[in-house]
Amino acid sequence: MTVGLHHFLALSAVLFFIGLYGALSKRSAVLVLMSLELMANAVNVDLVAFSRFVTPATMAGQMFAVFSMVVSAAEIGLGLALVLALYRATRSVEVAAMNRLKG
Amino acid sequence: MLRQGKWPTASPKEPAQARPLRRAPATKGVARPPWRRRAMAETVNGIAFWLLAAAALLCAIQTISTRSVVHAAFWLLGVMLAVAGLFLLLAAEFLALVQIMVYAGAVTILLLFTIMFTLRSREDALRPLDASMGAGALSALLLGIVLVGVRGFAAPAAVMPAAAPGTADLGRVMLTTWALPFEVASVVLLAALVAAVWWTRGGED
Repeated sequence: MTVGLHHFLALSAVLFFIGLYGALSKRSAVLVLMSLELMANAVNVDLVAFSRFVTPATMAGQMFAVFSMVVSAAEIGLGLALVLALYRATRSVEVAAMNRLKG
Repeated sequence: MLRQGKWPTASPKEPAQARPLRRAPATKGVARPPWRRRAMAETVNGIAFWLLAAAALLCAIQTISTRSVVHAAFWLLGVMLAVAGLFLLLAAEFLALVQIMVYAGAVTILLLFTIMFTLRSREDALRPLDASMGAGALSALLLGIVLVGVRGFAAPAAVMPAAAPGTADLGRVMLTTWALPFEVASVVLLAALVAAVWWTRGGED
């Protein structure tokens, strides 16, 4: 029972598309942000797996995963701040209510 | 402690029952030839991978399908912990720790705070199952395409390379080769967090 790069790629693909489905179908902005985090995690699994199997010496994939984590931390901070601002303006977190720039 | 390479034997002074029932704590490399050890490590890796993958997928599906927003956040925490386990399996110890601290700690707490700030009643935490045929069909189609691509992908290394550099090497790379992007990333994070504070302050321009 040996684990190859393909296993990690397939797992990450399934995780990513579960996240994509959530991001497309959810109506609550918080749940959409959670789905985005799922997708970011799937990509990180890919990056680290490539780092382990393809470039174990330079660790480039791991560095990319670090940057991906930074970006997704910034994204979740800003996204949740926007959700709070939207909630303050419209008393709702529905994505359908986010069709105006000024509440 | 056993000396290297010595199996526990009943010394003439002791009665035969004194011999420990369980095998001695593995004296490295004496009991099994190296190829056996490698095969065994691969089996352990395989079992760990399948367990972690099953946990991640189960938690991800629950995140999407549970009706309670708060429960969704906790299932997402499960996904993140399983991914941290996968990082450990891939010999990325530093990233596993960062994953636990940043995602499982900070991001989950941010999500929970936002959920609770935006709930007006207990019923707000429960949401209808918003299933969407279009989103499902699109995701399934793209997943199928990507899985076919993965199947046809020629992996550069069939098995996991045995030697992996550790956290010290990652730190060295981070502060030499990647020093400039690393600094830029921290500035980006700072700017994003300042912007987040500015956004939530709201109202008074």
